[in-house]
Amino acid sequence: MTVTDLLSYEDALASYDPVMGLEVHVELGTRTKMFCGCSTELGAEPNSQVCPTCLGLPGALPVVNEIGIESAVKIGLALNCEIATWCRFARKNYFYPDMPKNFQTSQYDEPIAFNGYLDVQLEDGEVFRVQIERAHMEEDTGKSTHIGGATGRIHGASHSLLDYNRAGIPLIEIVTKPIEGAGARAPEVARAYVAELRELIKALGVSEARMEMGQMRCDVNLSLRPHGREKFGTRSETKNVNSLRSVERSARFEIQRHAAVLSSGGTIVQETRHFHEEDGSTTSGRIKEEAEDYRYFPEPDLVPVAPAPEWVEQLRAGLPELPLARRKRLKQEWGISDFEMQSALNAGAIDLITATIDEGADAASARKWWMGELARHANETGAELAELAITPAQVARVAALVAAGDLNDKLARQVIEGVLAGEGDPDQVVEKRGLKVVSDDSALGAAVDQAIADNAAVAEKIRGGNLAAAGALIGAVMKLTRGQADAKRVRELVLEKLQG
Amino acid sequence: MTDIIRLTAAETARRIASGELTAVEVTEAHLARIEAVDEKVHAYLHVDREGALAQARAVDAKRAAGQELGPLAGVPLALKDIFTTEGVPTTVGSKILDGWIPPYDATVTRKLKAADVVILGKTNMDEFAMGSSTENSAYGPTGNPWDLTRVPGGSGGGSAAALASYQAPLAIGTDTGGSIRQPAALTATVGVKPTYGGVSRYGMVAFSSSLDQGGPCARTVLDAALLHEVIAGHDPMDSTSVDVPVPPVVEAARSGDVSGLRVGVIQEFGGEGYQAGVVQRFEESVELLRGLGAEIVELSCPSFAYGLAAYYLIAPSECSSNLARFDAMRYGLRVGDDGTRSAEEVTALTREAGFGAEVKRRVILGTYALSSGYYDAYYGSAQKVRTLITRDFERAFEQVDVIVSPTTPTTAFPIGERADDPLAMYLADLCTIPVNLAGNAAMSLPCGLAPEDGLPVGLQIIAPALKDDRLYRVGAAVEAAFVSKWGHPLLEEAPQL
Repeated sequence: MTVTDLLSYEDALASYDPVMGLEVHVELGTRTKMFCGCSTELGAEPNSQVCPTCLGLPGALPVVNEIGIESAVKIGLALNCEIATWCRFARKNYFYPDMPKNFQTSQYDEPIAFNGYLDVQLEDGEVFRVQIERAHMEEDTGKSTHIGGATGRIHGASHSLLDYNRAGIPLIEIVTKPIEGAGARAPEVARAYVAELRELIKALGVSEARMEMGQMRCDVNLSLRPHGREKFGTRSETKNVNSLRSVERSARFEIQRHAAVLSSGGTIVQETRHFHEEDGSTTSGRIKEEAEDYRYFPEPDLVPVAPAPEWVEQLRAGLPELPLARRKRLKQEWGISDFEMQSALNAGAIDLITATIDEGADAASARKWWMGELARHANETGAELAELAITPAQVARVAALVAAGDLNDKLARQVIEGVLAGEGDPDQVVEKRGLKVVSDDSALGAAVDQAIADNAAVAEKIRGGNLAAAGALIGAVMKLTRGQADAKRVRELVLEKLQG
Repeated sequence: MTDIIRLTAAETARRIASGELTAVEVTEAHLARIEAVDEKVHAYLHVDREGALAQARAVDAKRAAGQELGPLAGVPLALKDIFTTEGVPTTVGSKILDGWIPPYDATVTRKLKAADVVILGKTNMDEFAMGSSTENSAYGPTGNPWDLTRVPGGSGGGSAAALASYQAPLAIGTDTGGSIRQPAALTATVGVKPTYGGVSRYGMVAFSSSLDQGGPCARTVLDAALLHEVIAGHDPMDSTSVDVPVPPVVEAARSGDVSGLRVGVIQEFGGEGYQAGVVQRFEESVELLRGLGAEIVELSCPSFAYGLAAYYLIAPSECSSNLARFDAMRYGLRVGDDGTRSAEEVTALTREAGFGAEVKRRVILGTYALSSGYYDAYYGSAQKVRTLITRDFERAFEQVDVIVSPTTPTTAFPIGERADDPLAMYLADLCTIPVNLAGNAAMSLPCGLAPEDGLPVGLQIIAPALKDDRLYRVGAAVEAAFVSKWGHPLLEEAPQL
């Protein structure tokens, strides 16, 4: 990898304003593909979910998936877009071996949804409005695996494997208008936008929008212009940036790279860039010397899509509470800060916390367990919180045991560990591991007496009125009971015994 | 045996149903005929002897078991090689699909099988249906049974020639700009282009999606109607298929009445470029219709003058995209894959070797016409012309029930004559193309031989969209009047092969 000259972020922003355009592809969670009846299930044997239509066999024809259109309209509505009353699919003609027909059925100048916006909240609570240009329907391509090259890209590969299971899976492409005025916060806005969009898509139930699975993919277009200039600079397009963190990093990198080129009198080449997770850099991909000519024309094999206004209104009325509004509500109900809410959002914990509260836990403990012990565990294993082998009901039960004094935090952590390890429900783990707090006075009394005997000096201090010293004795009792003692009761016993 | 192959489809079906003939006998008679004459005619690209006999045996077994048979059960049919047939080669007349065995049946194929029609084989055609002579087939031309040195028309020359040489009583064609009607005219057979959307395009290899339409070919109007009924109808696999009941075509073909019908004659069809004998036979047909009680109305459709130009922008544009899939990756021909070449190089070599000159010409034309900067001037303008032509038809059909015209300006021309002159070739579809652009229904049926060359002339009948039954009502009346005038079907005047 060639070393790229970068200007420091502060210097870059001192001279230039970044302008961004974000293109996000969302794979819809429909059961069947966009134009045929093949399953969309992930992880199947390569080329096992294909038919004449999605393989592009001679003579085969597409038929539109109604759920695909419904999902597109829902997304459009949630993005505050206008919904087309009549629109067509178009063929985007270009050649690639993983595209069976060598044209992609997409939409061109008649998108199903257009002219909307999405409000996104930054970490400090500031709300930034991102204008939406359009959302249109299209189909995914197949998947190429290039073998034998150093980079995993087609260049230099000895051969390529093609899997058409993905070919024809419905996609919605959501394109923003140029995002201006974010200044130094541009990378943060980009990240917050993609995060908010992901939440929105999930809330609508149209896709799981898991970026690591490629269900949501982002292209980051970025250009700089000197302060005070109206005309946009030349942009670069960083393709397939596939995590929230990468969206932010790639934007930041491109700002510094553009600034370095421009400030040294160079010009930016319009090109696609590849993002590298390892070091957060981008490298040159394909140079776009002239605009690519996709020879769009209306798809003659499909009839126009004309969503009836009454149907659109029905969908609008059925939209769920949208994520930003919901977070505002929850923030108040839970009594937390914008920052804490943002952390919960980033961790993908909001639904889990809500569900845990629904199972009877109080907000503070539900949040504490998910954002503490469980988040740490997810982080260590590289899993998403939702993938952990513990349910909100189980977390709620742990919280209930703590609240009832049957467990202390230390024991509760062990119970959670047991549940995650597949040892059963919290009560079963408590039972099997014998983790119940000991608050029985006769058992505790012996331990307290022992501790007093072992720590005569400390006991003397307490007798003398130094209550703060009780902590040391409680610690000693905990040690003797291997952490299972009810700390509150121990304290009471210690004080009873030493102060009468 | 000779008798069997000359029967109409309706009569063949009747005899099989009554037990006078078995489906196997009928199939064997046709296979023998193919064996005897197809070396000369070259109507078939592939004869599915085993498949046909198996289907025939199944029909006979059904009858023996007392099961009900459909109106065309056991009748042999020649299928244009543009429809996919599971397990049977489908080449579309192109080298690029050499060796491809489709894994699925076209809807038309499926319906034929379901109706117990016996598919004898796949017929020759201009490559990807691009042509008007069948000379563009990568597998050699088809001869016109009236004169084997002349073309049978195209692109469905194989289907028309199979009918005219008694190698099948029924055939299926496709019509993008005249590929069913012009060969019918040149061979004295009957060919129908149904309303766009009337017959499913699923499994019909696409040339120009917004114009392509499959349809029935036969030797009589009634036979065409019986076949029309079998293959037509809504298909959920084809989004452009119309979801309305199939027009009562068989009933219309049996009634055959034109009294009181208003028949339009379009001024713009005629004049320069039209052969004298064609014009003469057409005018006689108009008089015949008048004599049968039809009211003749003169009409003007000024936009038709731009039909050919619009067609040669729309069809190539769509084909440039439709044919992009032939890239040597998944099926068909693959050239130059020796392990040293890139995918792009193999695709280029395969297309170079696999596509013929006319296909390349149209792909290049269409690619250009769709290019940004040219789109509005070419594809965009052509679509506007299309709208104007549709409006011309709509206005015309406010005044008349059907329109008649010559099917094609000339009779069959010699093989090779227009092969190097694409523009002359394109003129063969002058009268048929406006129908495709508007999506209407039309039929060609024989109306006599041109005095100057003794070759068949076709009469075209055009009906509004979804009114396909009118074609059959008028066609049956015209056919009956001509047969009674001539004393026999015109085809009987064709030379013996």
